[in-house]
Amino acid sequence: MTTYQEFIQQNEDRDGVRFSWNLWPSSRLEATRLVVPVSCLFTPLKERPDLPPVQYEPVLCSRANCKAQVDFRAKIWACNFCFQRNPFPPSYAGISEVNQPAELMPQFSTIEYIVQRGPTAPLIFLYVVDTCLEEEDLQALKESLQMSLSLLPPNALVGLITFGRMVQVHELSCEGIAKSYVFRGTKDLNSKQIQEMLGLTKPTAQGQPGRPAAPQDAASTCRFLQPVHRVDMNLTDLLGELQRDPWPVPQGKRPLRSTGVALSVAVGLLEGTFPNTGARVMLFIGGPPTQGPGMVVGDELKTPIRSWHDIQKDNARHLKKATKYYEALANRSAVNGHSIDIYACALDQTGLLEMKCLSNLTGGHIVMGDSFNTSLFKQTFQRVFSKDLNGDFRMAFGGVLEVKTSRELKVSGAIGPCVSLNAKGSCVSENEMGIGGTTQWKVCGLNPSTTLGLYFEVVNQHNAPIPQGGRGAIQFVTQYQHSNTQRRIRVTTIARNWADAQSQIQLIESSFDQEAAAVLMARLGVFRAESEEGPDVLRWLDRQLIRLFMFHLRRSPFLQVFNNSPDESSYYRHHFVRQDLTQSLIMIQPILYSYSFYGPPEPVLLDSGSILPDKILLMDTFFQLVIYHGETIAQWRKAGYQDMAEYENFKQLLQAPLDDAQEILQTRFPMPRYVDTEHGGSQARFLLSKVNPSQTHNNLYAWGQETGAPILTDDVSLQVFMDHLKKLAVSTFF
Amino acid sequence: MNVNQHTPMASPYGQPPPGYAQPGYSPLDGGYQAPYPSYNGPASAYQPGAPPQGPTRGPPSSAAPPVSAPQPYSQYSQGQGSVQNGPPPMTQAPQRPPVSQPYHQGAVNMSGPPQSSYPQHYGPPPTIQQVSNQMGGMQINAGPPTAARPGYAPPHSAPPPASTPYTAAPPSYSQAPPSFSHAPLPVSSAPTQPPLPPPSNAPPTAPPSTQQQQYYGGPTPAQQPYPSSIPPTSQPQFTSAPPQQLPPQPQFTTAPPQQPPPPSQPHFTSTHPQPPQPQSYPPSSYSGPTQPPPPQVSQALQQQPPSFQSPPLSQQPFSSASTAPPPAGPPGYAPGQSPRPPPATQGQFPPPPTSQPGAFPPTSTQSGQFLSGPMPPLPPQSQTQPPHPQSQSQPSPYHSGPQMPPMSMQQSNHMPPSSQGPPPPMGPPGPLQQQQQQQQQQQPPPPQPGMPAGYPPQQNGAYGQVRGPQPGYPGPYSGPQNYGGPAQAPGPAAQKRLDPDAIPSPIQVIEDDKAKSTEPFTTGVRGQAPPLVTTTFSVRDQGNASPRFVRCTAYNMPCTADMAKQSQVPLAAVIKPLAILPPDETPPYVVDHGEPGPIRCNRCKAYMCPYMQFIEGGRRFQCGFCSCVTEVPPHYFQHLDHTGKRVDCYDRPELSLGSYEFLATVDYCKNNKLPQPPAFIFLIDVSYNAVKSGMVNIVCQELKTLLDYLPRENPEADSVVRVGFVTYNKVLHFYNVKGSLAQPQMLVVSDVSDMFVPLLDGFLVNVNESRQVIESLLDQIPDMFADTRETETVFGPVIQAGLEALKAADCAGKLFIFHTSLPIAEAPGKLKNREDKKLVGTDKEKSLFQPQGSFYNTLAKDCVAQGCCVDLFLFPNQYVDMTTLGVVPVSTGGSVYKYTYFQAATDQERFLNDLRRDVEKPMGFDAVMRVRTSTGIRATDFFGSFFMSNTTDVELAGLDCDKAITVEFKHDDKLSEDTGALMQCAVLYTSCSGQRRLRVHNMAVNCCSQLADLYRNCETDTIINYFSKFAFRGVLNHPTKTVRDTLVNQCAQILACYRKNCASPSSAGQLILPECMKLLPVYLNCVLKSDVLLPAADVSLDDRAYLRQFISSMDVTETHVFFYPQLLPLTNLDSSSLPVAIRASEERLSKGGVYILETGLHLFLWVGASVQQELLQNLFGTPSFSQIDASMTSLPVLDNPFSKRLREIISNFRAQRPRYMKLMVVKQEDHSELIFRHFLVEDKSASGGASYVDFLCHMHKEIRQLLS
Repeated sequence: MTTYQEFIQQNEDRDGVRFSWNLWPSSRLEATRLVVPVSCLFTPLKERPDLPPVQYEPVLCSRANCKAQVDFRAKIWACNFCFQRNPFPPSYAGISEVNQPAELMPQFSTIEYIVQRGPTAPLIFLYVVDTCLEEEDLQALKESLQMSLSLLPPNALVGLITFGRMVQVHELSCEGIAKSYVFRGTKDLNSKQIQEMLGLTKPTAQGQPGRPAAPQDAASTCRFLQPVHRVDMNLTDLLGELQRDPWPVPQGKRPLRSTGVALSVAVGLLEGTFPNTGARVMLFIGGPPTQGPGMVVGDELKTPIRSWHDIQKDNARHLKKATKYYEALANRSAVNGHSIDIYACALDQTGLLEMKCLSNLTGGHIVMGDSFNTSLFKQTFQRVFSKDLNGDFRMAFGGVLEVKTSRELKVSGAIGPCVSLNAKGSCVSENEMGIGGTTQWKVCGLNPSTTLGLYFEVVNQHNAPIPQGGRGAIQFVTQYQHSNTQRRIRVTTIARNWADAQSQIQLIESSFDQEAAAVLMARLGVFRAESEEGPDVLRWLDRQLIRLFMFHLRRSPFLQVFNNSPDESSYYRHHFVRQDLTQSLIMIQPILYSYSFYGPPEPVLLDSGSILPDKILLMDTFFQLVIYHGETIAQWRKAGYQDMAEYENFKQLLQAPLDDAQEILQTRFPMPRYVDTEHGGSQARFLLSKVNPSQTHNNLYAWGQETGAPILTDDVSLQVFMDHLKKLAVSTFF
Repeated sequence: MNVNQHTPMASPYGQPPPGYAQPGYSPLDGGYQAPYPSYNGPASAYQPGAPPQGPTRGPPSSAAPPVSAPQPYSQYSQGQGSVQNGPPPMTQAPQRPPVSQPYHQGAVNMSGPPQSSYPQHYGPPPTIQQVSNQMGGMQINAGPPTAARPGYAPPHSAPPPASTPYTAAPPSYSQAPPSFSHAPLPVSSAPTQPPLPPPSNAPPTAPPSTQQQQYYGGPTPAQQPYPSSIPPTSQPQFTSAPPQQLPPQPQFTTAPPQQPPPPSQPHFTSTHPQPPQPQSYPPSSYSGPTQPPPPQVSQALQQQPPSFQSPPLSQQPFSSASTAPPPAGPPGYAPGQSPRPPPATQGQFPPPPTSQPGAFPPTSTQSGQFLSGPMPPLPPQSQTQPPHPQSQSQPSPYHSGPQMPPMSMQQSNHMPPSSQGPPPPMGPPGPLQQQQQQQQQQQPPPPQPGMPAGYPPQQNGAYGQVRGPQPGYPGPYSGPQNYGGPAQAPGPAAQKRLDPDAIPSPIQVIEDDKAKSTEPFTTGVRGQAPPLVTTTFSVRDQGNASPRFVRCTAYNMPCTADMAKQSQVPLAAVIKPLAILPPDETPPYVVDHGEPGPIRCNRCKAYMCPYMQFIEGGRRFQCGFCSCVTEVPPHYFQHLDHTGKRVDCYDRPELSLGSYEFLATVDYCKNNKLPQPPAFIFLIDVSYNAVKSGMVNIVCQELKTLLDYLPRENPEADSVVRVGFVTYNKVLHFYNVKGSLAQPQMLVVSDVSDMFVPLLDGFLVNVNESRQVIESLLDQIPDMFADTRETETVFGPVIQAGLEALKAADCAGKLFIFHTSLPIAEAPGKLKNREDKKLVGTDKEKSLFQPQGSFYNTLAKDCVAQGCCVDLFLFPNQYVDMTTLGVVPVSTGGSVYKYTYFQAATDQERFLNDLRRDVEKPMGFDAVMRVRTSTGIRATDFFGSFFMSNTTDVELAGLDCDKAITVEFKHDDKLSEDTGALMQCAVLYTSCSGQRRLRVHNMAVNCCSQLADLYRNCETDTIINYFSKFAFRGVLNHPTKTVRDTLVNQCAQILACYRKNCASPSSAGQLILPECMKLLPVYLNCVLKSDVLLPAADVSLDDRAYLRQFISSMDVTETHVFFYPQLLPLTNLDSSSLPVAIRASEERLSKGGVYILETGLHLFLWVGASVQQELLQNLFGTPSFSQIDASMTSLPVLDNPFSKRLREIISNFRAQRPRYMKLMVVKQEDHSELIFRHFLVEDKSASGGASYVDFLCHMHKEIRQLLS
C-alpha cells in the first residue's frame, strides 16, 4: 500500500468501491464537521474476470436477524457485524492454515457464489413498440428489433406489444393467422383485469380443481412470451408486417399514442406470468403519450408539450397525474423485479420527464435520440445486448443489494437506479440521504457499470472512542439473477480504519477522495434537484462545496434546466445517477482534447481560450462527442489539402480525433451524440455551451484577440465564479 | 257442411262406421263427391257421389261420411260445392234454396255445436247418417273429390231416394239403427265403405242427426227463410260475399237455380272436382234428393231452424221468414247452403251411410222423413248425446221437426241429432235436410232457381247486406248463437255445427278474385281496390302507387271521424317501400333535379306528385295535401295545356306516376356530407355450441361464395359494399383482412365491458381487393376454434362492435350476427334466464314480451342513429330470450332468423338460402320514412321494424325489399268526397351503391259519407295485417286475453255496424257480412289462434317472441298466408297452374291424398295413410307408406312428371317467400302430424283456439249483442 491514489485505485478495481473518505472519523460529531459524509460509490457487478464464482453456499452468521456472510478466522468464527460466534459447517471440516476457503483470503474481499436452489427462469424480453412513427422510423425500428432477435439467447422468452391508438398484445404461438389481443388506449385497467382479458387467469380461480394448473398456466403464458428459438421466424414476420398505426390523424392533431396503457399491459402481463423473474420491458416511443392514463400532452398540436417554464408556472396540467401514474407502474414493476427500458427517438419531447421513474426505479435504460433511423439508436440498442468475455449478457436482473455495517456505522441511504425494500434493521440511520430507511434495495436491472451512491452515518459517540487500529466494516451483499439465468450472490466486504479527527485530521484529510466526493455530492444534488426547486439546490450545493467541479456542476444540465427541455434534464440525470465514477466525472466536467501539428493530443482546459483556429478539439461530455475544427483547419479541410499526398500529415491530423472518438463510441453506453463540426458551424454550439466563457462579448477586448473564441453568453466565467467563491468562503467558513 | 267437415269425421266416423260407415261411408269415401252430389240434389248428389266416393274415399271417414255425407253433401255440396268445389253453381242453385235455410241452420249449427259438438255428434250414432254426411263432408274436404264424395255419392245416390230414406234414415239415425239399417241397405252398395263410416257414422250418426237436425232445421228454416227471403239472404250472403265464392250457394241460388238438378251433381263435381261422383250422384241424388229435399227441407228447416237457428241468424231468418221453425231451418240451410250442407249432409249422412241410400229415400221423405225418422232414432241417439238437449230437441224438430218437438225447432232437432250423432248429425241433418230441402227446393223449384230467386234478393242484399241476409251466413251465425248456445251445451254443438261448407270460404273468395282479375290493374282510378294478394296480376302505374308498394284497409275512407269511429274499420295502409316488382313492371324511375333538389310544397313539404295542381299558367302549383300555393322554380316551369295539365306531364315521372325516386342532394344527407358506400359486417359466434352444430363451418364456407353476390345496383359493376369479419365467444376477435397482408390478422378484444374497434384500415375491405386474405381467413376460422371449450357468449358487445366499426368508418351498414346462446358472460347486455312458462296466461305474461333492462333499447337507438341495421341468425338449443335479443334487429329494420336445434344436415339448406337471400337482397340504409296526408287525416301510428324518435319520422337503419310498415290513420278533421284522401310516403335512404335517394309513393283513396260505401271497398287481408300487428304490439302492455277480446270486439263492431247500417232489413238473427269482409271472421280467428295470442303448451317463449317480432314487418301477402296457410291437394298436377287450394281443415284431407301446406315459414307435405303406391313411387321412390322417411327435407329427384312438377311447385313456393321453407314430410298419424295440424286453422286448435265454425257462431253472438 503506497499512496492513497493507488490504494483507492486498487480498491476500486477489486471491489468496485470508492469512498469519499478512506479513513473514517471516529465520532459522529467529527464526521458531521467534515461536510462530505462518509459515503461511497459502489458498483455491484463490476466486471471481475479474474474472480471465479464459487459453487457453494455462503456461510451465514447463525443469528437469525443477522444473516451476514462473514469472514472466517477460525473453526469457530465470529461475525464481524454482530460478534456472534458461529461454528463452521461440516463442509469446512478440512479447513487449515494452508487450505483456506476463498472467503478467508484477503484478496477475496469480494466473492461470488452461485446459488443452486430455486428454479431458474429464462430471461424475458418484452418489446413495447410505438407504431405512431414515420414510415422511415418504423422501418428502421423494425429492422433493429429483428436484428435484436438474433442477439438473444435461444431460450430467452420474447413478447411483443405494439401500440398506437390501441394497444395490441401479440400472440406468438399461433400458426397461420396472426393473433393479438387489443386494449383500448384510453382505459386504465388494473392488473387483474388485464390478466383476465388476456386469458391468463389461473384456472384455479375458476374453480376447476380437477385440472392441474401447471400446463394451463404454461400454455397461456406461452401465447405471449415464447422462446426465441421457437418463434424466431414468426416474430420476424410479424415485425416485418408491422403497420403504422392505421387510424387517421386529422390535421392539426398528434397521433393518439397510448403509451400509458401499453406499459400497464406490459407490466400486468409480466406480473401475472413471471413475477420475481428477470425481465426487461423495452419501450420504444416516437412521441409523447397523448391519450389515456399517463398522457403527457393532448392531441391538439396547438397546445405544445410542457416546458420548464410551464412547469414552474404550474401550467403543465398532465404532469402530476402522469408522473404519479408512471411511478405506480414503476413500483409494481420493481416489486416483481422487472426493469423497464425507454428508447425515445423523436425530435420533440416524448414525456421522459414523466416516465423517467420507470427506468430510474427499475434499473432500466433510457436512451434518447432524434430518430430510430440513426446510428445513435441503432448502436446503442445493439449495445444493450453486448456480451462479456464469457459470452453472457452484460446485464443482470432482480438484484437485491443489502448493506451491513459494523455497529459504529449506519446506512443513511442510497442514490441510484433502485428502490427501497423497506428492510428495517439495526444499521438503518434515522438520517436519510437519498433513498433511505432500509438496508436493502432492489435493483431490477444491473449491468457492470451500474453504480450506486451509498451514504453512511457515523454513529459512534464522541465519548466512546474506538480503540486505536479499530476497523469499521461494511458488507455489500448483492443477490441477482445472472444473465445465464443462474442466481448468484456477490459479497463484498470492506474494512476501513477509524481515525480520531481531532488528533489525526491530517490523515483523514489525506484520505479524502476528491473525485468520489464530487460525484457523491453531485448525486445528492441531483437527487435533490429531482424533488426540489432548482435554485434551492444550487444554493444548498454552494453552501456544501467549494471545489472546482462545482463550477461545471452548476452549469451542467443535471442541475441547470436552462436550455434543456424537461425530457433532456431527465435523461441526463438518469444517467448521472447510475454511471461509475469516471463517467460521472466526464459528465460533470467534459473532457476537452486538443489536436494540432505541434504535438500529440493534449487535454486542455475546458475554456473558451482553448478554442483556437489551428487546433482540432475533441470534447466528450458523455452524451455528446464533439469534434471541432478550428477556423484555419476548417479552411484547409475545405480546400481539400488532406487529399493531397504532400499533406499526408494534415490528413493524419484530421483522422486522429476521429479515431479517438471512435474508440469512445465503441465503449460508451448509451452511445453519445456524435458531432463533427467546425468553426462557425451551427453544431459548434455544443462545444461553446460547455466551455468556460472566459472570453465573452463583454470582455472580448479586454483579453485581446489572439487567443480563443468569445462566447456569447451572460454566464459567469470560472474566474468570476472563483472570485466570488473565495469571497464567500472567507466570510462564511473561515 | 262445415259442421260435417269440421267434425273431423275421422273419429266420429270411426265410431259410427259400423252402421253408416260400412254402407254409407264406404260409399261416402268416394263419398265426398257423393256428398256433393247429395248436395246438389241431395238425393241425386248422393247417388252420384256415392258410387265414386265409395270406391275412392271409401276407406277413411269417407265411409262414414258417405252416408251422412250424401245428405250433408247435398247440403254441403251446395255449400261446399260452392265454396270448395267448382260445382258450386249447381249446388248453389239447389243449395240456395236450402241454403237459405241451410244458412240459418248453418248459422244455428255454427253457433251451437259447431266444432266440438260435431265431432261428438258424429261419434254418436244416429248421426251415422249425419255422420256419414259429415264424414262425407270431411272427406270431401280432405280428399274432396275422392272418397268422401264417393261415400257421399252413395248417399247421394241414395239421397234422392234417400230423401225418403233419409227421412226414414234420419229417423233411423235418430234411431240410428233403423236409419242405419236403411242406410246400410242403401249403402249396402257402398257398404264397403260403410264399415268405416259406420263407426263414424254410428257416432256421427248421432251427431249427424243433430246436424241433420240442424241442417234440417237449417233446411227448414231455409225453406222458411227462402220464403222469408232469408234463405236468399243466406245464400246471398254466401253468394254475395262469396256469391261467386261462397257462390256455391249463392251461385247456386243464382246460377244453380238454373241448373238445379244437375247442379247438385255439377256442384259436386265442380266443387269437389269429383265430377265423376257428381255424375254418379247427379243421377240418383238429383232426382231423388232434389225432390225429396225440398219437402223435407221445408219441414226440416222449419222445424230445425227455429230451434237451432233461432240462436243464430237462422232463427231470425226463420222467424222472419217463416216463424221460428222455419228460421231454424234456414239456419240449417244456410249452413247447408253455405256449402256445408254438411249439416244437410248429416241429414244426408244418415242416409249417406247406407242410409244415404236410405237417406235418399228419406230424401224422398227427405227432411220430413228424415227428420221424423231421424228424430225418433235421434232420441236414442239423443240419449247418447242427450247432453245436447238441443240436439235432441233438434233432432226431433228436425226430423220430425215436429218430431223434434221436444226441442224448439231446429235446435231441438239438431240437438237431438247431435246428441245422437251429436254434432255430425246436427250438421248433417241440417245439411241433409237442407240439402234435401235444398234438393227438394232445388229440384222442385229447380232448386237453384228457386234458391236463386230467393237468394238473389238476399244475395243482392248480401253483397251489401245481402250476405247478412244470405241464409248461409245466417246459418253460420245462428251457429254462433249456438256458440252462445254451445255454452249451452254439447247438444248445441251439434247444432252449432254449421255446415263448414256453408260458411264463407277463403278459398272460394281467393279463386273468385283470381277469376275476376284478368286485366292488368291500373292505379289511375281513385279508390279502386286492387286484386287480392293471392291473385297474380300485373299493375300499371297511372298515378297511384302499385298495390305492391301500398295497400290500404279501405279504399273509401269515411269523411268524418264520427263515421270512422262508428264503423270501427281501421284506416291503415301497409307500405312496402322497396318492394321488388315482377320483371315485367318497371321499377320506379329515378328523377334527378340536380342541384336544387326535389320540388316540394312550401308548407307541408310534400314532394312534387300528380296531385299538385298547377295554376296561373304553370307559374305556381297548389299542394294537394295542404292546399298551400308554391312558386314553381324557373328551371321547372312548363306551360299548361288546355286541360290545365303541364305539357310535360307525361315526360316527368313525378307528375304522372304513383311511385318514383328523386336523387337527393347533399341537403338530405347526414352532416351534409354525401354518404359512404355501406358496409356489411359478419359477426360469427364461435363458442362451443356454434362450432359443434356445424354452423361456423357452414357460414364460413358459404361466405366465400356469397361475397360475390353483395347487393349492387348495376349488375355489371362490382358491389361497392365493403365487408368486415368478427368472431366472438366471450371475447371478440376482429380480423384485419387488408389486401396487402399475406395472412389475415386476428385482433382479440377482451374488454367487452367497454367495446371499441381495434382497427380501422383493413377491417372493412373491398372484397375484390382482399379476396385471398378473406378466403384464407374463412378457411381458418373453423380450424382455429375447432377445439374451443368456451361455452359462454356475449351479445351486447357484439352489436356495439359492429356499430363502432361503422361509426369509425363513417358509413351505414348491416351486421349479420350468427349467434347461438343466451349471453350470460359478464358484459353489458348480459341476460338472465327468465324462461317461466307459468306466466303464460297470467297478467304478467306481457313481461315475457318486454326486453330485460333497457340496455338493448339504448343500443338500438344508437344503431339507428348510425344507420346500423342488425340481422340476427339464431341457432339456439335452449332458451335465448328472443324477446331481448330481438330488440335491436327489430328496431333497426333488421330481420331475425331462427334455427332451433340447428343441425347441419337438415337445416343447412334453409339457413343458407335465407342467408343468401338476406345478403343479396336489395336494400336501403339509414332510411327515414315520412307519411304525409291530406288535411283531415293524419298518420298516427306505425307498426313494423323501425325506430321512432319523434311522432312522425320512421327511422330505419336498414330497409330491405321485404319489410313493410303498417301505418294507421286517424281523422283530425273532415275529408271531402271531392278530393278524396291523399297520402304520400317518402323514404329517404342510402342505396347500396351509396347514393342518397328519396323514394316517393303516392296514394289517393276516395272518401265517402255513406257507410255502405266504406264497407264496399275494404280489403280484409290488409285489415288483418293491421289487426295482427296491432294485437302483437298490444301484448307488450296488456294481458293476451284482453288483446284477444279487443280484437273480437272491434271485429264485432265492424260487422255490427254494417249489419245495422248497411244490410237491408232482415231478421236480427241473421249473420250478415259485408261482401268484402266476409272472411274477416275466419282470418281474425286465425290471428286469435296464433301462437302469440294463444300459445299451445309446446310453443316456447322464444318462438312466440320470434313470431311476434317477425310479423311486425310482414306485408299483406305474408300475413295472409301466414295466418291462413295455403293447402294444396296434389292429386292432379298435370296442368301448368297450381291445383286449387282447399280449406285448412283436417276434414278436407283424404287418406288417399297427398297435400302440401305452406305458411311462408313452414312447408309440409302431408301424406295420407292410404295413398296409392304409384303415387308414393312417383314421389318418394318407395312403394310403401311405411318406408317414407319422414325426416327428409327435400324430395328425391325422380324422373317422372309428378315428381318434377311437385318439386317445381315447391321451389316456386320457396322463391315467392322471403324465408326459405324447410320441407317437412308429415305422414298421416305420425306424431309429427300434431305440428301439421296446428296449421289447419279452420279446425279447433290444440291450444283451445276455436274452430272457424265455432268462432263464426261466437262472432255472430257478439254482433247480436251489439245490435240488441
